[in-house]
Amino acid sequence: MLTILFDGIAYGMLLFILACGLTITLGLMNFINLAHGAFAMTGGYVTVVMMNRYGIAFYWCLPAAFLVSAALGAILERTLYRQLYQASHLDQVLFSVGLVFMSVAAADYIMGGQQQLIQLPPELSGRAEFFGVGIGRYRLFTIVICAALALALQLILAKTRFGSRLRAAVDDRRAAMGLGINVSAVFALTFAFGSGLAGLGGAMGAEILGLDPNFPLKFMIYFLIVVAVGGTSTVSGPFLAALLLGIADVAGKYYVPAIGPFVIYGLMIIMLILRPAGLFARGGR
Amino acid sequence: MLKRRSFMAAAGVALGCLMALPAQAQEAVKIGLVLPMTGPFASTGRQVEAGVRAYMALNGDEAAGKKIEIVLRDDAGTADQTRRIAQELVVNEGVSILMGFGLTPLAMSVAPVLNQAKIPAIITSATTSAIMPQSEYFVRTSMGGPQSAVPVATWAVENDLKRVVTLVTDYGPGHDIEKGFVDQFKKDGGEIVESVRVPLQNPDFAPFLQRVRDAKPDAVFVFVPSGVGSLFMKQFVERGLADAGIKLIATGDVTDDDLLNGIGDAAKGVITGHFYSANHDSPENKAFVEQVRKTNNMRPNFMSVGGYDAMHLAYAALEKTGGDTDGTKLIEAMKGMEWTSPRGPIMIDPETRDIVQDIYIREVKEVDGELYNVEFTKYEKIRDPNTAK
Repeated sequence: MLTILFDGIAYGMLLFILACGLTITLGLMNFINLAHGAFAMTGGYVTVVMMNRYGIAFYWCLPAAFLVSAALGAILERTLYRQLYQASHLDQVLFSVGLVFMSVAAADYIMGGQQQLIQLPPELSGRAEFFGVGIGRYRLFTIVICAALALALQLILAKTRFGSRLRAAVDDRRAAMGLGINVSAVFALTFAFGSGLAGLGGAMGAEILGLDPNFPLKFMIYFLIVVAVGGTSTVSGPFLAALLLGIADVAGKYYVPAIGPFVIYGLMIIMLILRPAGLFARGGR
Repeated sequence: MLKRRSFMAAAGVALGCLMALPAQAQEAVKIGLVLPMTGPFASTGRQVEAGVRAYMALNGDEAAGKKIEIVLRDDAGTADQTRRIAQELVVNEGVSILMGFGLTPLAMSVAPVLNQAKIPAIITSATTSAIMPQSEYFVRTSMGGPQSAVPVATWAVENDLKRVVTLVTDYGPGHDIEKGFVDQFKKDGGEIVESVRVPLQNPDFAPFLQRVRDAKPDAVFVFVPSGVGSLFMKQFVERGLADAGIKLIATGDVTDDDLLNGIGDAAKGVITGHFYSANHDSPENKAFVEQVRKTNNMRPNFMSVGGYDAMHLAYAALEKTGGDTDGTKLIEAMKGMEWTSPRGPIMIDPETRDIVQDIYIREVKEVDGELYNVEFTKYEKIRDPNTAK
């Protein structure tokens, strides 16, 4: 029972790291970026290549995955995404879906279509017993890292100067520019940071979720569920939503395997009926 | 003068050669190879193609005095494409034999084309039992339904694994294999504690594995597609099922030769039943493995050997008809064909046109610094219990 809860939390945390970048772009920048999973996949492949081809330790791969995905995000933001900030949502969706297909084809061409595997360091593999509860070491590691990141993220957005600039730029772009805030730089940095987080999530998820070229398509649904249920105006909303969905998914598959995969969708429908604007809606947008 | 004359002669010869070319091209027999070369199942396509090329490299590109030409097309693993390509190959390219088909729906989609065009199709990969009755023109060189699972059930009971949980992926081949295993296992006196089905698009095995662990069986029998299999293996070890005394038995898809080294030590000691291991000890297999290594720089897996045998079947059928490419004659020639494949002795059942082959029980061991499925016992002449008459 507690093991299931624990697995659910680990899975939810992972979903949060993967999806929170999407929350930022969608909620704060009002841009529908369906290609978010592509950045996660980039992070995963960076880890695979570094570990399997160059034998670099897993711990170094995580920041590298973050940096490479963030850099990629920054480049794409400067060259492609920024053209579409003012475009209609349909254009944004079409553009980013196109980007997804390109990334799938590119990963397939460069890395091949097979599942990629990494070997975790021995201290992270296996499981331990705490008071009779079986706990996977790697899952514990995931929870710790993701929880720390979620906390840091919340603090940055709420307490720092950058956070307030970002919120100002989102609320009223023109007024923010008038006050001397470099809105386009703030957006670029935010986008890169979100992409980097996705990359980190992809790197950490390679062991639990697997990694193949279809990753962005396979997980797009999960990201969107997290964002839809959690709402897009806070960080804590998606965080709780991701946890809830992770636990529900794992518990559903454990207790009622016959309809297990549907539990997460059922939950989403109920949540959306009860709170159409997300868990912590900040009023109508 | 002399110079000019020799030039004319040379030109004449060259011209003659040019004119002879189309005549020779007419003699060529075209084989349409339809495989997923891109998309999520690209590794299947890659392996089958390697098997086909290896056969041609080892046995030449002529059968019954005719040149064999391969027309390779990529269907990216989507059924509507497969069907369109098959049609195009038959109508525009004039192929005499179709070959390939990575997944069940892809094979199913071409059945109407075959029935109309009366052209044989050799299935190199797709495995469900339901395919074969769709057309009289299907022949199979991969595996039929739960062929690999049935002997595992017998072996498990013989080795005192009496309480088993089955865990299969929730799609056609998974259902076939679950049924094949459960039926045989119960017949032999074993007890199925539970049958769990895992969705095809499943990101995390944790809840299912925990369920298996809490059921405390002697062993868990597993079938998942080969790519996902490696992920499954790692989580199996991470969850400590082996330490809890639960043995892992599976079909060979889980310990796919192509991925086995990537899974690493987690795979050691796993018992699987399957029709092919790259480690199979025979001169035919040695030559095959060496050829694939040389041309493709990879280890062939069970998909690859399906492609190799499909080519053998095509060559042998052409020899038997004396080069006649009439589809109905070819399919008749293929029925009952027997030969020694790199996997061991195999036969095409004249009734079902499905493959009859030995299933080997293997254990994953380290051989010369690499992991292999080492065969230690075999069950001979296994048929697909779902279609066998």
